[in-house]
Amino acid sequence: MKIHEYQGKELFRKYGVATPRGMPCFSADEAVAAAQKLGGKVWVVKAQIHAGGRGKGGGVKVAKSLDEVRKFASSILGMQLKTHQTGPEGQKVRRLLVEEGADIRKELYVGMVVDRGTQRVCLMASSEGGMDIEEVAAKTPKKIRKVFIDPATGLTDGEAEEISRQIGVPDASVGQARELLQALYKCFWETDASLAEINPLIYTGDGRVLALDSKMNFDDNALFRHPDIVAMRDLDEEDPLEIEASKYDLSYISLDGEIGCMVNGAGLAMATMDTIKLFGGEPANFLDVGGGATAEKVTAAFKIMLSNRKVKAILVNIFGGIMKCDTIAEGVVAAAKEVKLAVPLVVRMKGTNEDLGKKILKDSGLPIISADNMADAAKKVVAGVKAKKKPAKKKVVRKKTKTKTGTKAKTKTKTKTKTKKAGRKKR
Amino acid sequence: MSILINKDSRVITQGITGKTGQFHTRTSRDYAKGRACYVAGVNPKKAGEDFEGIPIFGAVAEAKEKTGANVSVIYVPPPFAAAAIWEAVEADVEVVICITEGIPVRDMIEVRDRMRKQNRKSMLVGPNCPGVITPGELKIGIMPGHIHKKGRVGVVSRSGTLTYEAVGQLTELGIGQSSAVGIGGDPVNGMKHVDVMKLFNDDPDTDAVVMIGEIGGSDEETAAEWVKKNMKKPVVGFIAGVTAPPGKRMGHAGAIISGGKGTAQEKLAVMESCGIKVTRNPAEMGKLLKSVLK
Repeated sequence: MKIHEYQGKELFRKYGVATPRGMPCFSADEAVAAAQKLGGKVWVVKAQIHAGGRGKGGGVKVAKSLDEVRKFASSILGMQLKTHQTGPEGQKVRRLLVEEGADIRKELYVGMVVDRGTQRVCLMASSEGGMDIEEVAAKTPKKIRKVFIDPATGLTDGEAEEISRQIGVPDASVGQARELLQALYKCFWETDASLAEINPLIYTGDGRVLALDSKMNFDDNALFRHPDIVAMRDLDEEDPLEIEASKYDLSYISLDGEIGCMVNGAGLAMATMDTIKLFGGEPANFLDVGGGATAEKVTAAFKIMLSNRKVKAILVNIFGGIMKCDTIAEGVVAAAKEVKLAVPLVVRMKGTNEDLGKKILKDSGLPIISADNMADAAKKVVAGVKAKKKPAKKKVVRKKTKTKTGTKAKTKTKTKTKTKKAGRKKR
Repeated sequence: MSILINKDSRVITQGITGKTGQFHTRTSRDYAKGRACYVAGVNPKKAGEDFEGIPIFGAVAEAKEKTGANVSVIYVPPPFAAAAIWEAVEADVEVVICITEGIPVRDMIEVRDRMRKQNRKSMLVGPNCPGVITPGELKIGIMPGHIHKKGRVGVVSRSGTLTYEAVGQLTELGIGQSSAVGIGGDPVNGMKHVDVMKLFNDDPDTDAVVMIGEIGGSDEETAAEWVKKNMKKPVVGFIAGVTAPPGKRMGHAGAIISGGKGTAQEKLAVMESCGIKVTRNPAEMGKLLKSVLK
């Protein structure tokens, strides 16, 4: 789960990570009032969306008067902020953070993640703050310093001071930096965070060390013990389809392609997407129905997939283990009828009660295309998309004289051989 | 022979009284030699009772002492699962298989840290995994037993259903399996690909290995480097997630491309450079394995 910068800073302050003073605002009036309350002559008006890269996208402005605060707040609130993380349509800004200005002497970088290799929390720090840290890591990896924190001791005084010096914190401020880093680790650990990032961490003209930004993500599996963090969830920032899916305990992620896929198991779901791509199609989503799919869950999954308008065909790939193929088949038939399915549906089933499942699909009277294996399924669904894309083109028109089912079968085989060739060429 | 488990293993089920624990204990016990292998259950509140004839003990240590068990399987709910792992590790159970999905990462960091610092001998498989099966002998976990066939190919994978897919393809081609191990899809877990690979390399009854990975982390690369230097048997592989966009968690907590690291392309390239034959087509994992058998 992700939270906003201002929420992250609230958590920071609770744990003793120093930040500039600031207030969240939901209107230009509130922004001006906040600036007055904060006092001073310079304020920063910051768009609050979950995506990074807000500054470059025009979502962060420095105001030197209350009029400017109002002007920037009005222009930022409601804008579609586009950054490299939002996608081309951008994200609507609904919240602001108004902060006191800071006298920045130097910008640094600090981040924490769980390192899978050492199975410890890794503190990363760099003298190159404010920049895209992935770029720094790629170009000058030596500029990123790391500490793998022992969970039994936490971040020690020595470790915190050493890494502070390594990234160029002046001697007089090292004590402050140590306190900040130790507080950050405590915050990370106790809130079950999966990511904590301060970019930039700064030291000021008067020697203070401050977190100028805050980015925090949390381990979804640990949210049960953090009701306070769950309360920070902002559904406006999440994909409505993904929210809907989570209600049914479905793992769903929207993608850009046109083939909807429903699979049981995360690994098989990814493999199915890969196979679609291998045979010339693009998946419209990742969807794992999990181990215990019911007819209700399958129907919900179909509705979610189809509410993505880009979807031109659906591929269902089930390896029945605990989940029986006949149960899934019943769910698929019920769902297809309920949503009045109008796009081609390819189903591949394997495992427990496979034959029973296939029979249910066949007897349903629905035009469900059955496939023997993943590759066959992918080829058929890609063909289905292509057939749907150009319904009035020559190939189909020519065969119009034949019976309906005959036309379908012929068109299918023709496109199928085509994709086969394309697939071979690629390899 | 086989790796990790066989017909002589004696198994404790932690969380035997829960719905999941009951269901899978039943199907596992009914598979091959399971009836003789499942000897104990653990639930502190139900000590002295039994589950369909399997005696329930109050603690793992007691269950082990009374029954001579050497393997434990865990179906305990996520908030208590890490403690259950530790209980089994502290009792020196040789192989601990944790099926539970959804354990907080922090809990796993703590357990793994204690295991390392105290130099514990237990081998942990999982969490968030389908378990381990030695076809024709013993099934421990949630995989469908009937798709397996006794034989000489090892399978190791992070994912459940994708493992079944590979096993199903092998069985269809008439190729049996020595053991199939699901190491789980969590970022902090027990045995990694490389650890399982070492066991397969040492197992005289395994001739070749299918290694299945997915995006995230660098476990597959580590295993590939080890294979290049040490493996005496052919290895084939597949990595799921070529189409996965960076920064999006693809179901498994561990399946995420972050900071440009852990992409499928990168993993496939390293595996190939280490002499592992890979396929981009998951429908051909079985065929690929067949092509390397002598």
